[in-house]
Amino acid sequence: MSEKKIQNSESLIGSSVPRLDGREKVTGEALFTDDFQFGPNLLHGRIVRCPHPHARILHIDTRKALELPGVRAVVTGEDSDDHIGLYLKDRFIFCKDRARFVGDPVAGVVAVSEEIAAKACELVDVDYEVLEPVLDPVQGFDKNSPLLHPDLGEYVCASYIDPEPGTNVANYFRVRKGDIESAWDKCSAVVERSFRVPHVQHVPIEPHIAVAKVADGGKITLWSSSQSPFAQRNLIAEALGVSQSDIRVIAPYVGGGFGSKAGVSVEGMAVVMARKVSGFPVKLRLTREEEFTCSFVRQGLVARTKVGADKAGNLLAMKTEYYWDAGAYAEYGVNITRASGYSSTGPYRIPNVWADSYCVYTNHPVGGPMRGFGMPEIHWGIEQIMDLVAEELGMDKVEFRLKNCLQGGDRNVTGMVMHPIGLSECISKAAEAIDWDKEAAPTVPGRKRGKGLAIMWKAPAMPPNAGSSAWVRLNEDATVSLGLGGQEIGQGTFTVAAQMAAEALGVPFGWIRISTPVDTRYSPYEWQTVASRLTWSMGNAIAAAAKNARTQILDLAAEHWDENPDDLDIRNGEVISYRSEQSMPLKDMVVYGLPVPDGEGWHGGPIIGHGNFMPTYVTDLDNETGQGTRAVVHYTTGCQAVDLEVDPTTGQVVIHKISSAFDVGKAINPEQVRAQMEGGVVQGISTALLESLQFRDGQPVNPGFVDYRIATSVDIPTEIIPIIVEVPQDDGPWGARGIGEHPMVPTAPAIANAVAAATGVRILELPLTAEKLYLKMEEAEKD
Amino acid sequence: MSFHTINLKINDVAHTASVEGNLTLLELLRERIGLTGTKNGCFSGECGACTVLMNGEPVNSCMVLAAEADGARILTVEGLAENGRMDALQEAFIEETGTQCGFCTPGMLISARALLDRNPNPSEEEIKQALRGHLCRCTGYVRIIRAVQKAAALESRRAA
Repeated sequence: MSEKKIQNSESLIGSSVPRLDGREKVTGEALFTDDFQFGPNLLHGRIVRCPHPHARILHIDTRKALELPGVRAVVTGEDSDDHIGLYLKDRFIFCKDRARFVGDPVAGVVAVSEEIAAKACELVDVDYEVLEPVLDPVQGFDKNSPLLHPDLGEYVCASYIDPEPGTNVANYFRVRKGDIESAWDKCSAVVERSFRVPHVQHVPIEPHIAVAKVADGGKITLWSSSQSPFAQRNLIAEALGVSQSDIRVIAPYVGGGFGSKAGVSVEGMAVVMARKVSGFPVKLRLTREEEFTCSFVRQGLVARTKVGADKAGNLLAMKTEYYWDAGAYAEYGVNITRASGYSSTGPYRIPNVWADSYCVYTNHPVGGPMRGFGMPEIHWGIEQIMDLVAEELGMDKVEFRLKNCLQGGDRNVTGMVMHPIGLSECISKAAEAIDWDKEAAPTVPGRKRGKGLAIMWKAPAMPPNAGSSAWVRLNEDATVSLGLGGQEIGQGTFTVAAQMAAEALGVPFGWIRISTPVDTRYSPYEWQTVASRLTWSMGNAIAAAAKNARTQILDLAAEHWDENPDDLDIRNGEVISYRSEQSMPLKDMVVYGLPVPDGEGWHGGPIIGHGNFMPTYVTDLDNETGQGTRAVVHYTTGCQAVDLEVDPTTGQVVIHKISSAFDVGKAINPEQVRAQMEGGVVQGISTALLESLQFRDGQPVNPGFVDYRIATSVDIPTEIIPIIVEVPQDDGPWGARGIGEHPMVPTAPAIANAVAAATGVRILELPLTAEKLYLKMEEAEKD
Repeated sequence: MSFHTINLKINDVAHTASVEGNLTLLELLRERIGLTGTKNGCFSGECGACTVLMNGEPVNSCMVLAAEADGARILTVEGLAENGRMDALQEAFIEETGTQCGFCTPGMLISARALLDRNPNPSEEEIKQALRGHLCRCTGYVRIIRAVQKAAALESRRAA
C-alpha cells in the first residue's frame, strides 16, 4: 500500500460541509407534515376553544354540530382519558370540568373539510360558568387569589418537582447558600430592581400540524411536526392507556420549532379525534391565530433582584425572587422554574445566594419551553443589574465581568464544580470585536450612540437521565444508513450527525445517509430535540454506534488476515493494516462477509453497529438549599456586545454591530455554528425590541402578524460578528457542547445595557419598544 | 357553490382545472395539483411562505383566488430548476446556508428570483426591501441576503 493511501484523510470534525438537507429544501422536495398525501379518506379536525380565561364547563351539547352534513364526529373531555404532561401531569387533552385560558380546547370536530369542521365548531353549544381569573403571577401567588388547580396535590410529577397543593404554585425551587443577611453589610454597592418579561411566542413559520390514524384494533399512527416523537409516543400512551409500541410517530422535517413543538400539544387532540373515526386519517392544523396562543407561549416573568459587591468589585451577595407566569398548565414549564433557580446567579461567582423561584398558574396560555428555557428571561434582569452594580462602583463593565465571572474549577450557585469554560475569552473577544474601549460618534448628528454587553450561561434542562441512541448499518456498497431519533428542526443536526458518523467510522462524508423521517417504529430512541443537547448527547450515541460497527469490521478483517485488530484502521472507506500494509475496500466485506481461505466457508455477516448515551452523573439537589454535587451535565457560556445608536426624536434603536462569542467546546461544523449565532441574535433582537403577546382581561389582543411583529430583513443589524471559542467538554463528542439556544439569551440585556449607555435611560420591562424608550427619555429630560 | 374552469400554465406545464369560486391559488397548487413546495404559513398574506410568481410578479398565493389565475403563467419553487440544473439562487442558498428549517425558503427563492429578473445587480438594501415581506425565524436573514448577492454575481458572470 502506498504512503499516500495510509495518510490521514482530512478530519470531518471542524469542517464546514454544506447542509445535507440543502438541496431538498431549495427545490421544494423536502417533505413537511402538511405535504404528505393521505388521499380522499382524509378527514379534518377543528377545535372548539373556551372564550373565557377561566370557566367551569357545565354542559356541552354536540347534537347540532353532529347534524351538520359532512361532520363525522365530535369529541369532548369525555373522550380523553387520563392526565397528560411531561414533568407534571396537570392537563387533559380536552378539558373535562374546567377551562383555564382563552383557547383551552373544549371539543373537537371531525369533518370532511376544514371549512365544515369550522362551521360545526360554532354549533357546539357549551354552557360555562365564568370564574374569576388570575391574570398576573404575583396576584396568583397571593394565597387569596382564585385557586386554578384544586387537584394539584393529586397530580403525578417528577421527583425533583415540588408543587404546593392548595396554592397556585406548581413548582417551588429555592437556593440557600452562604449567609445572605450578614453579607449586605460587607457590600459597598448594593442595587435592587424589579424586571418584567412578557409572554412571547415562538412563531415557527410552519404552524403546528398533526395527522392521526387509528386502525388494526386501536393501533395509532401519528404524523406530526414534532421535536419530540418519542416523548409524544410516551405521553400519549400513558394518557390513553395504550402501549408505547402501539403508537407510531412519524416525524418529517419541522418548519421551525424553538420549543413550541416539544412535548405534546395538538398531537393528543388529533389522536383522540382519530379514535372516533377509526380507519380514517384526521388532520389537525392550527391557524396562525391559534398558533399564537394555543400551543405554547414563552412564560412571563416578574423578577426581583438585589445584588451587592465590595469596594474592590467582588460580588458578595445576590437575592432573587422569580414569579413565573406559567399560564394555565405547567406540565412542561415547571422545569423552567427549576432551571432558572439553579442558574439564578448567571455565570458569576457569588458566595452568598438566596433564590426563590415560583411557578405560578395563571389564566394565560400554556407557558412552555422556548429557545433558552428561562435563560433569556432571567438574564434580562441579571445582566442589567450587574451593569448597575459596576456603575455604582465606577468600574468598567467588561472588567467587572472578567473579575467575577465563573472559571473552570469554581463552585457555582448549586455547589457544582465548574468544568473548564472559555467565558473570559468570550467576553474579551466579544468586547474587542466592537472596539469596546473606543468611543464612537453617532452616524447622524443628534443621535446617541452607546455600547453594552451581556454574558450568559445555560445548561441543558432535562431529566437527569435523558438518553440517546443510534445505529449505523453498512450497505452493499459500504454506504452507511445512520439511524437516529433526533429531529432536523433547522439547526443542522442531520448534517453534523453525518459528519460525526463518517469520522468515527472512517468513511467519506458522502457515504452517510440519514434514515429519515424519524419514525418511532424504526428509529432508535431519543428523548427529545430540545435543550441544545443533540450534538452532545446524540453525537455521543452516534460515535458509540460507529465505533461498535468499526470494531466488528476490524475484528473480521483481522481474522481474515490473521492479524491483530489493533494494527488495523478504517480510512476513507478501506480497511488498512499498518503492519502488513494490506488494504481492502469495505464494500467487499460489510454485507456478505469474507470467505475463509480454500473455500472452507465464510465469516462475518451484515454489519450493524449500535450505541447509546445517557448521562449517569447528575445528582439530586437538596430541597431546602438547592445544593448538590452536580445539578446539570454542563453549561455553555458566552457573551454578546452591542454597538448601537438611539434616535431621540423617535426612540428608535439602530444596531450597528453585535458580536456574539460562545464557548461551544468544539465546533463540529463551524459555519453551522455561526448560522445558529446569527439566527439567535436576530431572534434575540426581535424579542428585545418588538415582541410581546398582549392580553386584556385574559383575552389575547394581538394574535396575528399585523399586531405581533417579528424581525424582518430590514430589522437586522448592519453587522453580526459570530465568534467561536473552543474549550473542550470532557464528555462531549470531540469535545462539543450545544449552541442552538444560547445565542438569543444575552441579546436583550446587551441591547438594554447599550441603550442605557447611550441615553442614560434604563428599561426594566421587555420589550424595549421605541415608544417606551421615547417616553422614558422624555420623562428623564423633565426630571 | 359555483365552479369555474380555468386554464393556466404552471412551471411551463398547461393545466386545466375546475375550481370552486373560493379556492385559493395556494390550495390549487398544494391540494389539487400536488405541488407542495409552496408553503402555507399563515393563510392571510402576512408571512410570504406561499409566494409564487404570477405572470412574473410575486404574489401571496393564499390571497389569490384560483379563478383569478385563469390564463396566468405561474412559477413555483418546483419550476426554478431547469432540466435538473438548479437556478443560481438555489445553488447559492445551499452554498451560503441560506436555509435552516427550510419552510420560508421556497417563498424567499421566488421573491429573490423576481428581484434578480428585474434588477440583476441589487444592492444589499434592495435585497432587504425585496424580502421584507418574508418572515424567517431561523436564519436572521444574514445568509439569505448573502446568497442572493452571490447568485446575482454568479448570473452576471454567466451572462458576461
